Amino acid sequence: MKRVALSGNYAVAYAVKMADVDVIAAYPITPQTPIVEKLSEFVADGLLDAEYINVESEHSALSACIGSSLTGARTFTATSSQGLAYMHEVLFMASSLRTSIVMANVNRALSHPLNIWNDHSDAMAERDVGWIQFWVNSVQEAFDATIQAFKIAEEVLLPVMINLDGFILSHINEVLILPDEELVREFIPSKPLFNRLSPKLAYTIGVVGPPEYYYEMRYQIIDAIERSRKNINEVNREFGELFGRTYGNISTYMMEDADYALITMGAVSSTAKIVVDSLRKEGEKVGLISIRCFRPFPKNDIIEVFEDVKSIGVLDRALTPGGIGHPLFTEIVTTLYDSSKIIPVQSFVGGLGGRDITIDDFKQMYKIIKDVGLSGRRKPCIYIGLRE
Amino acid sequence: MFKTIKDLPRDEYLAPGHRLCAGCTVGTAVRQILKASGGNVVVVTATSCLEVSTSYFPQTAWRVPWIHLGFENSAAVAAGIESALKALRKKGKSNEDFHVMVISGDGGTFDIGIQALSGALERGHDLLYICYDNEAYMNTGIQRSSATPYAAATTTSPPGARSIGQRTHKKDLVGIAIAHGIPYAATACPSYPIDLMNKVRKGLDVEGPSLLHVLTPCTTGWRFDPSLGIEIGRLAVLTGLWPLYEVDRGVTRLTVQVPKREPVRKYLELQGRFKHISENEINKIQEIADKNAEKFGLGPIKE
Amino acid sequence: MKSWKELPIGAMIIEPGNSIEYNVAQWRVFRPVLDKNKCTKCGLCWIFCPEGAIVRNEDESYEVNLSFCKGCGICQRSCNVKAITMIKEEGL
Repeated sequence: MKRVALSGNYAVAYAVKMADVDVIAAYPITPQTPIVEKLSEFVADGLLDAEYINVESEHSALSACIGSSLTGARTFTATSSQGLAYMHEVLFMASSLRTSIVMANVNRALSHPLNIWNDHSDAMAERDVGWIQFWVNSVQEAFDATIQAFKIAEEVLLPVMINLDGFILSHINEVLILPDEELVREFIPSKPLFNRLSPKLAYTIGVVGPPEYYYEMRYQIIDAIERSRKNINEVNREFGELFGRTYGNISTYMMEDADYALITMGAVSSTAKIVVDSLRKEGEKVGLISIRCFRPFPKNDIIEVFEDVKSIGVLDRALTPGGIGHPLFTEIVTTLYDSSKIIPVQSFVGGLGGRDITIDDFKQMYKIIKDVGLSGRRKPCIYIGLRE
Repeated sequence: MFKTIKDLPRDEYLAPGHRLCAGCTVGTAVRQILKASGGNVVVVTATSCLEVSTSYFPQTAWRVPWIHLGFENSAAVAAGIESALKALRKKGKSNEDFHVMVISGDGGTFDIGIQALSGALERGHDLLYICYDNEAYMNTGIQRSSATPYAAATTTSPPGARSIGQRTHKKDLVGIAIAHGIPYAATACPSYPIDLMNKVRKGLDVEGPSLLHVLTPCTTGWRFDPSLGIEIGRLAVLTGLWPLYEVDRGVTRLTVQVPKREPVRKYLELQGRFKHISENEINKIQEIADKNAEKFGLGPIKE
Repeated sequence: MKSWKELPIGAMIIEPGNSIEYNVAQWRVFRPVLDKNKCTKCGLCWIFCPEGAIVRNEDESYEVNLSFCKGCGICQRSCNVKAITMIKEEGL
């Protein structure tokens, strides 16, 4: 075990190396590229014994990963933004064929205009593809979530996507605890997965599912991802025993006695925490929730922390044009529909295409959340920092 | 080397009961391909006639492991399987050993799948890519592809007052493959089973990527009687429109000689897709055959 | 019909070649009839059949398995000695 300073991208690459993956198929795209560059170096230097496929596109990257995973190899890829969008149809195939692929998605805005900076549009556009989605808040979490992802993916036979914010996490160095490789290997032993393409079995995979079967086949994904909740919790517990760190499906800050709460995802929660601290000093009972596991959505964890909250704000970093609410807002409001209380929820959008969300922006959001709580009436979505 | 029909294996790896049209020569081609493979092979197929008619749940015609993902990515899937097997064997995690083969149609190869194919060939994966070419999108109902021959009628290259049918010429798939520096590529046709099956064997045995371009006449799309598929394939060869050759480590060799060529008219007049064409187009198609004859050393036209 | 719990995961079929259970014979309009006296056992009908409906016996004799035959007539066309005739199915 050692303490080192690494970028989020390199932390993911180290996790993949320690997981002793067998196959990597990857295509460069900013801001993900350093992950696959580092892995390429590991392979070139003989530090990682893997087949590295320099595919000609993200579409082929994920297609090759599916072939590899079904042959029984531990398989990894990484992408961002347009690359993830280019994978779109293959994402469905990876889950419905029940692969165990792990993919890092370094969150970046979608075109047009072309923008390499961070927001959550890419992953939010892939909410419904049947993948488990983690969102991390720190470099340490990026490393830990990647290690956990392999175990979860191989247990539940669903692919896992780890989302880390482009540049903010991917390119910023933070100190993290890098465990010994042996400990990682103890957690996820380097063993082959079941080879579903063996000539000994001669299975037919990727069939035509006519109307009398398609429905049942698709329902299996619902069942698998629902059941994965248990595995995610169990893997997290086991991880805690070995590594001394655990993560819930959500992380909360100052929520025990909070009246007003803000919900975010990803690295912006660090800025939000600073604002929570300063408002607390002023006597405001504010708190923060960050969603770590977006798929399956942690409904029960969220309802639990909202017991005594008076109002909530949801910060979306992606858009649903023409929708009733933006993606995270919609999930939260739907969650609360099943809770015993009616809590007003204010929608915010901010930080699109790499626009900073400042301390003042967060202060403004908390002020609005409090106003909504006092008046009991929420406003239409507020686009924070937008020039009118 | 297979020399006579008696040498060919009895084993059937494509089970009867598939749903290809009656008289579809893709069934013939795949039977021959799999017999030649010996069965120790994983097959990847792009979305296609072959795919939908062999894997309609709950029934499969495949007796070898088979996977279908999408229309454009069969070469990438095969690359992933080949790499996984290589990695697992190298790391002592598997002692399995099998060939990886793609069998995809012309749409999935010439058009939407050519990027993935180019990538797989360039990277040098040890796999055999077989394109079965029925010269249009038959699965969606006979739309033109970049493999559709000059002047042929399809539903998206219909003849009309301002159209002769398909106005472009077929891409040179073997040429494209060879341009990647791969060790082996060849043309074939199930009307010549021994030639086809020996080429499958060569493609599998060679180290690195190989490609086979197989002409599979289509009763439905080319509009001929279902009994005629094999004869029409033979005529494609005998006219010089489908020369059977291979490019083995840079050396091009005709594998089936045609001492006296049939005129292309004989091939064209059997097919409804050419019913509309004029003498002018027939002459142009004859020129294509003549050029092939010159390039590959086929004999002159029969008097 | 199987429930979602009973179906194999990942849209797989785990019984290789079970398409033999699917009835293609009902597609047939013409039925091939092989005259064994004329047959020279060349095997062309066997290797050209798109279905695998021609059975090649151990003694190199051939016969048609009508359960798998769609009646395309490729076998008849491929027979150089005209040992196969296509006969219209009764009732059609």
